[in-house]
Formats: sequence, C-alpha cells, structure tokens
Amino acid sequence: MWRFLVRTVAQRLVLLLVISVISHLVIHLAPGEPSAVDPMNPMMKAADIARIRQSFHLDDPIYLQYLHWMRDLLSGELRSFRDGLPVLPRIWSRFLNSLPLFLCTTLIVWTASFPTGIQAALRRGSLYDRSTTFIAYTLISVPGFFLSYLLILWVVRTFHLPVIGLHTFGTENARGVVRVMDRVWHLVIPSIMAALTGIAVLSRYVRSQMLEVLGQDYVRTARAKGLDEDHVVYGHALRNALLPFVTMFGFLLPGLISGSVIFEQIFAWPGLGLLGYEAILTRDFPMILTLNFMAAALTLFGILISDILYALVDPRIRLE
Amino acid sequence: MTTPVIPAQGAEAMVIPAGAAEALAAPETPFEQVWRAFRKDRLAMTGLVVLLGLVLLALLGKLLTEWWVVFDPATVRLPDKLLPPLSAASAALGKGLAPPFGMYPFGTDELGRNVLARMLQGSFVSLSVGIVAVSISLGIGIAVGGFAGYYGQRKLGPISIDSLLMRFTDVVLCFPTFFLILTVVALLPPSIYNIMIVIGITSWMGTARFVRAEFMALREQDFVTAAIALGLPEWRIIFRHMVPNALAPVLVSATIDVAYAILTESALSFLGFGVRPPFATWGNILADGRAYIFDAPWLFIIPGSAILVVVLAFNLVGEGLRDAMNPKLRKRSS
Repeated sequence: MWRFLVRTVAQRLVLLLVISVISHLVIHLAPGEPSAVDPMNPMMKAADIARIRQSFHLDDPIYLQYLHWMRDLLSGELRSFRDGLPVLPRIWSRFLNSLPLFLCTTLIVWTASFPTGIQAALRRGSLYDRSTTFIAYTLISVPGFFLSYLLILWVVRTFHLPVIGLHTFGTENARGVVRVMDRVWHLVIPSIMAALTGIAVLSRYVRSQMLEVLGQDYVRTARAKGLDEDHVVYGHALRNALLPFVTMFGFLLPGLISGSVIFEQIFAWPGLGLLGYEAILTRDFPMILTLNFMAAALTLFGILISDILYALVDPRIRLE
Repeated sequence: MTTPVIPAQGAEAMVIPAGAAEALAAPETPFEQVWRAFRKDRLAMTGLVVLLGLVLLALLGKLLTEWWVVFDPATVRLPDKLLPPLSAASAALGKGLAPPFGMYPFGTDELGRNVLARMLQGSFVSLSVGIVAVSISLGIGIAVGGFAGYYGQRKLGPISIDSLLMRFTDVVLCFPTFFLILTVVALLPPSIYNIMIVIGITSWMGTARFVRAEFMALREQDFVTAAIALGLPEWRIIFRHMVPNALAPVLVSATIDVAYAILTESALSFLGFGVRPPFATWGNILADGRAYIFDAPWLFIIPGSAILVVVLAFNLVGEGLRDAMNPKLRKRSS
C-alpha cells in the first residue's frame, strides 16, 4: 500500500511537470501578447510596451520564462500582469467564493440523481422510466446558459427578486438573518442550474448500474430467501451498485475550477471560473497558467483519491 | 461493446427461438442486425429523422442564402427591426428588398435582418463546426489509438510505444478542457477554422482509448493472423481489416461528440470568443439575442431551441446506436 502510494505520487508529480511545461508552451507560443491587449490606446507608446515586456520578462527565452514562473509560483511571489498583486491570495479568496457553489451543486446532484435513477431501474420500461430518460437527454442537450437565462427571466418577472451576484445590493448593513437568507437565496438558483446536467448524467448512470446489479444471482438469492423488497434493493443491490460511484468522487474535484466558467459568468458569481475568464480576457499569463496548473493538479489528486477509495471499498482490488 | 455473447445458462442456450429457421436460412449481416435493433428504438428513430431533416435544411439553407438575393441573411432592413415572428414586412421597404412572401416567419433582429435566413445559414455553419471538429478528433484518436494498439509492443529505447502514447493521452486528459479551449481560442486570431481545430484537438482522447482497446483485442483474432499469414502489407491489414472492426464504439462516441462540439461552439459564442460575423451560427445568434431578451425574446428562444433539438437528436441517435450495437442488450430485447 505505502509503496504504491509513493510510486503513484512520484509518477503524478512527473506528469504534473510535463503538463505545466506543455501549458506554458501553448500559452506562450500562441499569438497574442499581454502587451497587445489594447492596441488602439494612443497612450501606449512603443517605449512603454518595451518597458512592460522587459518587466514581465517577455523578451527572455521561453525556458527562462518557465523557470521564472515556476520559481515565483513555488515561493508564493507570483504577481499578476494586470495589476501587480500577488496571484495566490487572490486565487484563495476566489476559491472561498466558489466553494459554497461547488458544495451546494454537488450535494444537489448526488441527492437528486440516486432516487431518480434507482426508481427508473426498478420500473424499467414504465412511463416513469421513459419520461425520466427523455428529460435526462433533454437536460444533457440544452445549453446551460440558455436554460439559465430563461429561468432568470421567469424568476425576475414573476417574483421580482434579484438573482445575480453573491448578495442583493444594499443589504450589507441588514440584520444577520436577512443577510444569511439573502446569501442562501442567491446560492440556490446558480447551484440548481449548474446541477441539472450533473443530475441527468449521474441518474442515467445510476440506472444502468442498478439494472446490471439487479440481474445478478445474489439478488435472486436474496429474493428467494424471502427478504422484503426494500431490503433486497437497498441492502443488497444498491450497496454493490455503489462501487463505481466511489471513484467518481475523485473526478469531481477539477470541476471546482473549470466546470463553472459559464455559470459564474451568467450569475456574476466572483469565483475561480470567472477569475480565469477575466484572466483570459486580459491575457494575464501568470494567472491563466497558475489556474491551469491547479486544475491539472486537482485532476491528478482526484484520480489518486479515487484509486485509494476504490481499493478501500472493494476488497478484491489490491494496490500494487 | 463487441464482447461475444456468452450463453448465461446452459438450459437457456438450448432453447431454439421461434423463427430461428429463417434466421439460419439468410444470416443477417452485422449492419442488418444493428439496424433491426435500432429501428425498434422510437426515440432514436425520431432523432435520426430530425438529423436527416437538418442535413437537408442545412444544404437547402446554404443554397438559398448563397444564391437567392432577397434571402441574403446579411440584408439590413432598418424599417423592419425587431419584428416578432410571422409579421409582415412593412411597405416602407424599397423594391427588391422585401423578404420572400412579404413576411418574416421567425421575425427580425435589431438590424432588421431576417432571422429565418440567418438560422438557415447558421445551420450549415453549426453542423460543419460539429462534423469537422469530430473528424479531426477521430483522425487523431484513430491514429494514436491504432498505433498504440498495433505497434504497442515495440520499444523506443527503454519504454514501449504503447506506454509512451498512452501516458501522453493521460497528460492531455488532465488538462481542464473547456478552460484550455477558451484560452487558446481567445489567444488565436478569431476564425471559424481555429474553433473547429481546437475543439477537435482537445477531444480525441476517448476515441484513442477505445481504438487502442479494440486493436489489442483484434490483433489476437484469427482473421488478423490469417491476413498476416497471407503476407498482406501492414497498412492493408490495419485499414482494410482492423479499422472497420474497431469502428462500432467509435461511431457511438463520435455521434455524441458532434453534439458536444455544437454545444461547445455555442458556449464559446456565449462567452464572446465564438465564430465572428459575417458567419452566422446558432451560437452567436443566441449570444447576440441575449441583449434583447426582454424586448425580443424570439431572438433568444428560436436559436436556443434549435440547438436543443439538434443536440438532443445527436444524443438520442448515439445512445440508440450504443444500445443497438450492444449484443447483450440486443438479445434481451428481442
């Protein structure tokens, strides 16, 4: 077990290094410089551009730029091109904004899709099964922003309530209860919208997994023993159907950064996705690279966690 | 996907189904088997009909918007701006400017352009974004997967080709895809071809894995051994004998990938990095319509619903194919 851990972590670190080199190359070799963000600005003289390029090390050879980036990132000294502020504290504060949205979304996805999927599997071929299948495909196919805009339109017109942002403008000095309720209300709609696709995908997966397990011999044995149906379904079938989902916990992690660009943009939610979007607009290379790097690190970490979890829940698997 | 059918119980395997005699008389080709299973799936068939209709519509739209002047999607008719669907053109328009039949079936946008004409032009562009992007990803995926599957055992120095290519696939899988697409599209000069290429380059990993697994299984099959024994050239073994047999799972994922590519294009347009004018795509009609969502909701709802229907059709066809090609499921349903 420990040997496995050490070896995989070492492998993943090498992989991470390769990823950081490739993303650095992609971003630096693509056309479009940070100094070219505002080409029409008459205040930008050639001398200024040269000075900016100089201070950002943009004239150095590319491997030196990579080393500069790595050194600054590891020492925590990395500064944004846009405003010269340190990158890591800002990412941390945006992370704290993204976290509630992410947790709420995940909670909704996992609590909603299991009952839906299990019911669909138990009543295979029924009207319920066919209609949830169709609704799931519809939710997978609808562009998220399209549905969100329709929902915003409806909520604003019907309830005359604001839905954009972290909280309602002007409630900063309100009583504690009001502020908390306001925050919760602003959290609900974006997380439901972000959860819909997840519910659709996961409930389909739960359904097929349950169908697979319900056809097994041990389920028939459990029924033959005379156990009541609930015990068979939840005690015997569901427990075995759950195995593959353990691994999916790990794959959730990278969604924290890259999964939410669209929804954070629609709901003006100042989280990591929106931070990345702003960084891309201003060609803030250190910010883009660091977010990219963190997303890749989270992905690798997530895979590691799912490997370990899988070995913990399934005794047939040995980590060697 | 192509796991052989193993009779689960001896007793069941001995039961000869009714109509077996006819089935023995004229053995079905694999294509006929899949088609028979596919035809029973009503949702998937609906999807297929929608897709065929869409292809016709896209071709028709391309012809109409290119050749018929009054149908030009770029024609600006300022007196007729923001008209709701099914409204008639005003008399203020000069001669030769009035739309076909004097009405706008889908209304007009903020410049008085005919939304129907723009949607028709967009259907061709959106469809080709999806299809070209998926062709690129299929090309890369089949090349990488096939190479790793067929030549995987050979060594390049200390590591085998297989582990080299597959580790590379893992690396690409770790990139946050949408974020990467966004970055690259924002940095590159805006063009529809760049978007197709970037979507293609970032979505080949699944295909590569499928093809590799299929190739490794196929290599051990008798017909490949026979082909090698016959002394056929390697390219012929790979492309004539192995690739067609490995295509089943690839076809399923390709169908679903087209849906994903169309959605990605619309999401990019929404964020302002999409296909630029003069090309109209459904994505950028939708993104432009956002500004008029209160005054002219049809500018938003029409392209949005069109994307929904088409992506849904692709997904349904893909899932239908997956079920039809799965021999286990086919046995159960027939």
